[in-house]
Amino acid sequence: MGVPIRVEVNGRVYEHTVEPRLLLVHYLRDVLGLTGTKVGCDTSQCGACTVLMNGLAVKSCTVLAVQADGAQITTIEGLAKDGELHPLQQAFWENHGLQCGYCTPGMILAAYDLLQENPNPTEEEVRHGLEGNLCRCTGYHNIVKAVLDAAQRMREG
Amino acid sequence: MGQYIGAAIKRLEDPALITGRAKYTDDLQLPNMAYAAILRSPYAHARIKRIDTSKAAAMEGVIAVFTGEDIAQSGVPGVVPVGWLLPDLKTPPHPLLARDKVRHVGDGVAVVVAEDRYTAYDALEAIEVEYEPLPAVVNPADAVKEGQPLVHEDAPNNIAFDWSIGDKEATDEAFAKASHVVSLDLVNNRLIPNAMEPRATLADYNPVTGELTLWMTSQNPHIHRLLMSLASLGLPEHKIRVIAPAVGGGFGSKIHHYPDEAITAWCAMQVGRPVKWQATRMETYLTDAHGRDHVTHAEMALDENGRILGLRVQTYANLGAYLSTFAPAVPTYLYGTLLSGEYDIPAIYCRVIGVFTHTTPVDAYRGAGRPEATFVVERLMDLAARKLGLDPTEIRRRNFVPPDKFPFQTQVALQYDSGNYEAALQKALEIIDYKNLRQEQERLRQEGRYIGIGFSTYIEACGLAPSAVVGSLGAQAGQWESALVRIHPTGKVTVYSGSSAHGQGHVTTFAQIVADKLGVSLEDIEIIQSDTDQVQYGWGTYGSRSAAVGGSALAVALDRIVEKGRKIAAHLLEAAEEDVVFEDGKYYVKGAPDQAKTLQEVALQAYLAHNLPKGLEPALEAVAFYDPPNFTFPFGTHVAVVEVIPETGEIKILRYVAVDDVGNVINPLIVDGQVHGGIAQGIGQALFESAVYDENGNLVTGSMLDYAVPKAHFLPSFEVDRTVTPCPHNPLGVKGAGETGSIASPAAIVNAIVDALAPFGVEHIDMPVTPEKIWRAIHGNGRS
Ligand code: FES
Ligand code: FES
Repeated sequence: MGVPIRVEVNGRVYEHTVEPRLLLVHYLRDVLGLTGTKVGCDTSQCGACTVLMNGLAVKSCTVLAVQADGAQITTIEGLAKDGELHPLQQAFWENHGLQCGYCTPGMILAAYDLLQENPNPTEEEVRHGLEGNLCRCTGYHNIVKAVLDAAQRMREG
Repeated sequence: MGQYIGAAIKRLEDPALITGRAKYTDDLQLPNMAYAAILRSPYAHARIKRIDTSKAAAMEGVIAVFTGEDIAQSGVPGVVPVGWLLPDLKTPPHPLLARDKVRHVGDGVAVVVAEDRYTAYDALEAIEVEYEPLPAVVNPADAVKEGQPLVHEDAPNNIAFDWSIGDKEATDEAFAKASHVVSLDLVNNRLIPNAMEPRATLADYNPVTGELTLWMTSQNPHIHRLLMSLASLGLPEHKIRVIAPAVGGGFGSKIHHYPDEAITAWCAMQVGRPVKWQATRMETYLTDAHGRDHVTHAEMALDENGRILGLRVQTYANLGAYLSTFAPAVPTYLYGTLLSGEYDIPAIYCRVIGVFTHTTPVDAYRGAGRPEATFVVERLMDLAARKLGLDPTEIRRRNFVPPDKFPFQTQVALQYDSGNYEAALQKALEIIDYKNLRQEQERLRQEGRYIGIGFSTYIEACGLAPSAVVGSLGAQAGQWESALVRIHPTGKVTVYSGSSAHGQGHVTTFAQIVADKLGVSLEDIEIIQSDTDQVQYGWGTYGSRSAAVGGSALAVALDRIVEKGRKIAAHLLEAAEEDVVFEDGKYYVKGAPDQAKTLQEVALQAYLAHNLPKGLEPALEAVAFYDPPNFTFPFGTHVAVVEVIPETGEIKILRYVAVDDVGNVINPLIVDGQVHGGIAQGIGQALFESAVYDENGNLVTGSMLDYAVPKAHFLPSFEVDRTVTPCPHNPLGVKGAGETGSIASPAAIVNAIVDALAPFGVEHIDMPVTPEKIWRAIHGNGRS
């Protein structure tokens, strides 16, 4: 009782027949082998699984693969273009916005969405904007710095 | 030092992590791989009357279902051992899967191996288990009373150990002659580590060679290999390879040897296929060892000038249902020994009763014993200051061990090697502009606004420690560290370190040490760790030991490389060895730098071995096994400034200032990051986090919905600074930096809140300090 789906991930089109209950995050990780997207919880609290679906951040553990049929998905693997890091990736690196890196793909994509909505956020807005993403390593200090730095790079960009 | 040590170099680890290319355990797939899922007890205490796995086993896609009985019948040792013994410690067996009884919610009772994750979880629901529920006990102070349910029949009153340190008589005498005594009853709240990556393992067994490869979320692959071999699987140690790929945080929770990884390995051996298991977040809540959970009564005796005369502490430490790997050490040698704080306290006595309860096992979590000790001491200091009418900074100053008294022998076993406590305090006071801030506090109070200033002048002992010393205290492990440095014929460098990073950035930090010592560039250095087949023995990463012990091992090995290279260079330069200097990667005769031999040239000659000094072995590599002569003792002052809204109990952190002294700093970016993360976890403990059990032993805070891991907007930005008092006994002058934040911050935050509420007569509020507790404290009797 598989369902055929057609999904564009990081610019490449995939066609698969999947179980209706398969979560998008498991489709990306286990079927496509795109393991940059992480799983950190089972209650949609942590945001480690955040990807862009049709340009907007979604928690891919709350989306069924069949719901992504026809959608365009960007995962962390697809963010750098032509070997050039995205300004958010660059800013996370330079501001030491990651330690273990497990929250990082989701954090970067959540920040991407945030900066799309609000290209010039205050520190307070960044903190609230990332409320769906948990990091246990950094205390968020350098993540916030990195997002503010990326915002500036992108505005000047 | 050269250009690398001390520089804020951006991490070499990061390109893989920010592009999603780093591989964590659950990212790995092997051909023909199956998935395991573990059925867990819904009861805290119950007899298992019957397990029927037949329906599950018959499901399509299910490869096998096993119970504890199957493991026992396979003839493997099948247990999880404890790695630290105390006198008269009760060590009841901890089987991989429960057989007769379950002892905490989450205790494993069966395992399914299936073709995919979804089927494995479906099959769990088809396993029938008949339980006879039994009464449970969850609070350690209750569990020791007569008539309480027993967790283990052979541990009367649920007592695992009754341990003490210090001089009871001298302490009683100090109290008898005291002018002032302050006392405190507190609960140090139970915490759940919450590394963002849940624990996982991928096991691959080759029945032809008898070799087992385990990729796992480990902070210490060699310890896991040893315990897998000896206690769990009975496979020879040399046939087991443990690899920790990228690991998503640990904070202690990935030190311990748990049943689940061993079960997965055992399953792989049974079904003849690679098997992967990853905990769901709910499973991590039920099975990752929790932290803290003390019930404590503490008293401090002082003379009329505010000099401490004595400290007396009694603690019930919750150990949970089984003894986790290093559980006995945490509330004893990592707690009682820290009770002297930064102070010259002439008499201390501490008794700790370790108690079994029907809860998840408790073990080391970031800080491990030292946050609990710091909280006791620093809360008492504030209570004493208030009682004597002294400023909290003044009473601390009066009791600091002065800089000229080092090495300082405390009354609780430790000998502090160095320190300058006043300097760190002073710096923190300048940063917050203390005098004006106090005036501001006064002014705001007139307006009905309540801000508070809280101090925590903390000490930490880390970088464990002389192996003979920890051995004499009960450790079943050594605590040295290793490094092997290999210079290749082309002059490139590979380092094999016994440390095992899981987010700390060792690759960068260690490469900086190598680059400076050998004069090679960062691109020419590879740091290998976390693989028992590649790395000589090592004890791993925990207790803030990697720079102090692992880094020291590396420094010693690098010195050995330089010395061997000097012999070869002297031979090639036809000079006496003592005339040859090594600088910036070149050997030359003093005064003749233009006639230099580069390290690369020397390395090539070492491998060609055509023209070596007589008696010198070929090749250029060196190994060091570094056993530290003492702990390192980071210290500092943390200050929290908070505002409390009495009407709602709401708390705002206005400023958080940390002045830490971790000795020489190799990479300030990384050290600051460690401090930030530690502070966040400490603030989490102080304000938000608590693992709560109901009386039946159900974990009420069993998911991320119910347990408040701090989010970005719960926290302020931190102001971090340093003083530098190099460690006098290791080659780099470094101390641990990973736990200072979680050790210092809970006391700073609670002291600030209590200070803010001084006008209401509030003396103490237990953590986590929630708005409700504040409201009750204000409207109640002063204590909550
Ligand atoms: S995995 Fe945690 S929110 Fe999706
Ligand atoms: S960097 Fe480890 S969880 Fe965020």
